[in-house]
Amino acid sequence: MMTFIKDTTVSLASSGYQWVNDRLPVDRAFKTHMSEYYAPKNFNIMYFFGVISLFVLVNQLLTGIWLTMLYNPSGAGAFDSIEYIMRDVEYGWLIRYLHSTGASAFFVVVYLHMFRGLMYGSYQKPRELIWLIGMAIYFVLMGEAFMGYLLPWGQMSYWGAQVILSLAGAIPVVGDELSLWIRGDYVISGVTLNRFFALHVAFMPIVLIGLVVVHLLALHEVGSNNPDGIEIKANKGPDGKPLDGVAFHPFYTVHDLVGVVIFLIVFCGIIFFMPDGGGYFLEKPNFEPANPLKTPEHIAPVWYFTPFYAILRAIPSKGLGVIFFAGSIAILFILPWIDRSPVKSLRYRGMLSKLNLALFAVVFCILGVCGVKSPDAHPFGLTFIDFKTVGQICTLLYFGYFVGLFVIPSFEETKPLPERVTG
Amino acid sequence: MSGQDDGVDQTRRWLAIGATTAVGAVGAGFVAVPFVKSWNPSAKAKAAGAPVSVDISKLEVGQKLLVEWRSKPVWVIRRSEEAMETLDEVDTLKDPDSEENQQPAYAMNPYRAREERKEILVLVGLCTHLGCSPSYRPEITAEWHGGFFCPCHGSKFDFSGRVHTGVPAPTNLEVPPYSFLAENKNILVIGLDEEHS
Repeated sequence: MMTFIKDTTVSLASSGYQWVNDRLPVDRAFKTHMSEYYAPKNFNIMYFFGVISLFVLVNQLLTGIWLTMLYNPSGAGAFDSIEYIMRDVEYGWLIRYLHSTGASAFFVVVYLHMFRGLMYGSYQKPRELIWLIGMAIYFVLMGEAFMGYLLPWGQMSYWGAQVILSLAGAIPVVGDELSLWIRGDYVISGVTLNRFFALHVAFMPIVLIGLVVVHLLALHEVGSNNPDGIEIKANKGPDGKPLDGVAFHPFYTVHDLVGVVIFLIVFCGIIFFMPDGGGYFLEKPNFEPANPLKTPEHIAPVWYFTPFYAILRAIPSKGLGVIFFAGSIAILFILPWIDRSPVKSLRYRGMLSKLNLALFAVVFCILGVCGVKSPDAHPFGLTFIDFKTVGQICTLLYFGYFVGLFVIPSFEETKPLPERVTG
Repeated sequence: MSGQDDGVDQTRRWLAIGATTAVGAVGAGFVAVPFVKSWNPSAKAKAAGAPVSVDISKLEVGQKLLVEWRSKPVWVIRRSEEAMETLDEVDTLKDPDSEENQQPAYAMNPYRAREERKEILVLVGLCTHLGCSPSYRPEITAEWHGGFFCPCHGSKFDFSGRVHTGVPAPTNLEVPPYSFLAENKNILVIGLDEEHS
């Protein structure tokens, strides 16, 4: 009797699956993107951050949806509703911290993911479009984070938005009208808060998800790069599968799970023990309600924007400052066409290329520090230099990286590429 | 060519595609109007932007009065003799003659105020760099000529709200339209160029 029930259940389930599969390409999609998608076998630790970004995106969506159930998007009620979530709602604090600290985690993993691309030339032909879509994701993510930061309606939310929105005012002729149109009021008000809420919880996430899907489709079309920067599709076995590739499922799904678990250990550690990141993830003035008549002593954006903010401040003219600020992000889009090196991976480039990227990473971090500090403050108490000057030097070096990427390949010797992937 | 084989007139086909696309684009443009326009300041926001009246009879010399107009901080300051004297002395100003359009025509003078009440300074208290609210620093010392200092990015302004050179703020502080009531010269109206009729 038991066997009969079991057999019937199994056969019903499999015929049900067959019924769906005849009408929707479930099997085909799973094969194309998982069990028969061949990824290079030599991925290293830098290759974890793509999948972790995806994981963080899911975290943001889930906690975000829950927060919308508890949050009140109005000038009068926003700040109080955050306190309500933090104090009165069961586990509200956890959901809110998962979201707010998740935003910082998102940028950490996205920056590392992008840095991986720079290390191994993942943006080079034939992956230019993957890079472009990825940059679009990064750009939308910045907008999403910026709008999200207004929602708690604290002092830093308010004045940070004031500073960034007034950048639009630097555009000649239409600038002031444009700022007014974006704000929907003569200053940032509940009207602005309402539209930012709508964009943050509905419009931007939809765009983001769409872009992520396209990013992955484009990746699966050309195949993943790897630390050697050579194409695994160039060496196929008699079965037509790349010799240096392994099926994404089960090999990388299980492998990536380990990365996700390690990420979760670190992430939860921060959530439980330092959810405000010592004032860097949630800035201290944001624990005071927004007040349009009082500017905080020192306005600094959240850490992930500070490198670009430092560039904005480094230029003593508003118009030029905005141009350099926009340029510092825009130039990343055309990276695939700036880099003229015949090899992708840094492994097979010369010392100068390696130094160029190392310097870029260091400069990016220093710019990040400059953007947090007051421009008149002195680093390490050194009286002969202030953060504004440091920011100016680093701005020059930031753009210097791209000049280096363009110029260095014209004289630098590259090492011979291996036939097959190493390590 | 298959097009010819099927007896398709490509010119007519392209004309039809072009015409429908053009009409569709115009339609889409019209549909966009309400979506774009709904982002403009609403009638309510505009009403909240109405002029504000303040009584300045009790304003002491050197005192700063903070008034909210269109949710922006507006300062009203009765400047001292000493402060007025500094206006000709400071020589490191970016736009000493207020040539940039940051004030009504009647405030285009060194005081950046109406001639008949030139000691009364009316300014929008938002830095022209990135919109922070500068602090009022009226004390005159050997290093500081008095005026306003923006704590965000270090912009400096004199007692008329004129910007110094070598600071990030591009222009002088904004003077809003203002006037005094004809029947009572101690009533300052912010947001209105002319007296009430």
